[in-house]
Amino acid sequence: MIEIRFHGRGGQGAVTSAEILAQAAIEEGEYATAFPSFGSERRGAPVLAFTRIDKEQIKLRTGIYQPDIVVVLDPTLIESHNVAEGLKKNGLVVINTKKPPEFWKEEIGVNRVCTVKATVIAMQELGVPITNIIMLGALLKAEPLVRPEMIEKRIRERFPHIAEKEVRAFDRAINESRVIQ
Amino acid sequence: MAHRTGIEVSLAIAEAARQAEVEVISAYPITPQTHIVERLAKMVADGDLEADFITVESEHTAMSAAVGASLAGARAFTATSSQGLALMDEIVYLASSLRTPVVMALANRSLSGPISIWNDHSDIMNVRDAGWISIFANNGQEAYDLTLMAYKIAEDHRVLLPVMISFDGFILTHMIEPVCVFDDEEIKGYLPPFNPPYKADPEHPVTFGPVGVPDIYTEAKKQQDFAIRSSISVIKEVFADFEKEFGRKYKPVESYMAEDADVILLSQGSVYETTEIAVDRLRKEGKKVGSAEVRLWRPFPFEDLRKAVANAKVVVVLDRAISFGGQPGPLLGEIRSALYPLEKKPGVIGVTAGLGGRDIMIQDYEKMFEYGYNYLKTGKEPEAVTIVGLRE
Repeated sequence: MIEIRFHGRGGQGAVTSAEILAQAAIEEGEYATAFPSFGSERRGAPVLAFTRIDKEQIKLRTGIYQPDIVVVLDPTLIESHNVAEGLKKNGLVVINTKKPPEFWKEEIGVNRVCTVKATVIAMQELGVPITNIIMLGALLKAEPLVRPEMIEKRIRERFPHIAEKEVRAFDRAINESRVIQ
Repeated sequence: MAHRTGIEVSLAIAEAARQAEVEVISAYPITPQTHIVERLAKMVADGDLEADFITVESEHTAMSAAVGASLAGARAFTATSSQGLALMDEIVYLASSLRTPVVMALANRSLSGPISIWNDHSDIMNVRDAGWISIFANNGQEAYDLTLMAYKIAEDHRVLLPVMISFDGFILTHMIEPVCVFDDEEIKGYLPPFNPPYKADPEHPVTFGPVGVPDIYTEAKKQQDFAIRSSISVIKEVFADFEKEFGRKYKPVESYMAEDADVILLSQGSVYETTEIAVDRLRKEGKKVGSAEVRLWRPFPFEDLRKAVANAKVVVVLDRAISFGGQPGPLLGEIRSALYPLEKKPGVIGVTAGLGGRDIMIQDYEKMFEYGYNYLKTGKEPEAVTIVGLRE
């Protein structure tokens, strides 16, 4: 079972990232669950969202405390939060940042890092700093959990009016993210 | 053909209500149930569901309108949680005594205070004796299937009682997971049109809800109890037919590796599936453990329960609510009293966990089994109230 934790701020779409990833995995025939950190929602406040993916039915319904992968949608969260908390040994951290992966490897103290200038791509392609789909592109570059076309399919179903822009931003993230393993 | 899709469980329940072709929805939003009625409101507004959505000023009215609609001959649906159900309470009892087959989706949430929007089973336990057929769904698929089956059970002329489907708030309501959703064509005709034997029809006036003077009240209550007790055969029939037609099996009491188990952990709701993980782990260590669930809460499945746990040495009952100053768990009290008449019966001990959204970890379940083994060895019961996962 792969467990993923998304860190974002209310309104950035972390919950949507978790959902779209799970739905793409389910469509590929796997089992997956996605859920937000349970509670009330506030724009701008730090939020967590979670995805589990497995070959078998997922009977575990607790929170995720020891993720295999952490995805950080908003780089300012790293200053106030230990985003790598509980991360498994050899776990992967995917970060929206202008800094190179080598910097974060040192800074956070993890071996596997993937970086992408997600806010830059979001402003250029979408005109708004919403990075959820872009972060999924970076995640898949570092860890091929589902086929990218499954995410693209979900984007087209969920955001029909801005699908082309979102797909372009997603593809750019796959091409432009940098991974050190 | 049914299609397997990743869907939020709340939306799957709304989809089941749409496919059940409900005619009246009356509901008031309350976390964590809100997504269900939000989606139904959208379906009605978009013209995808031909129904009246009655927006009300409180849950008390939500249930009143559902009962009224049902009396008028409409298939009625409502959904709520926690304080909402508590506010409905007066009319919850009327729905069953007026024999209105309303279906209610109940997203289980703790009761105040302190204020908590998170999951436990204190809301459902508060209406245990309200005369509703009450069934637990443990995952999204079950919540979807049981919402459809609920109408089949409720509207059967041998039953004519309201049905509530319980599913854990947030843990299920806010979960995206795979659910096999029927195509409309496939499920069309599963439910025959609602055709109550009596209805509030101005052309053919009848009286509902008259005063039950002392001369008649006792007999009315005896009839009501007879009706819900007898409904168990219809419930089993509906489960069996559903399995035959669609392949998914439901039982009043579910069990896992329980046949030869020395210690059985008995629970309700989504945690039941998770207990299976702990059972698998402990079985690998050679421990003969199993788990069971009282899925059908009312009418209580006495015979099914006795069969499921009769061979065990100890049953550890996991309660998700406290009966303050009492049993201490409502489920524990039921299990003890159901097994008491048996000549050869397992020991029954109780633990409480998962109150107000506290996670129950796999090691917590292992601890519960440990209490069982400890009891087996020493005959010593855990203290009342033993809360697993309590910070001390």
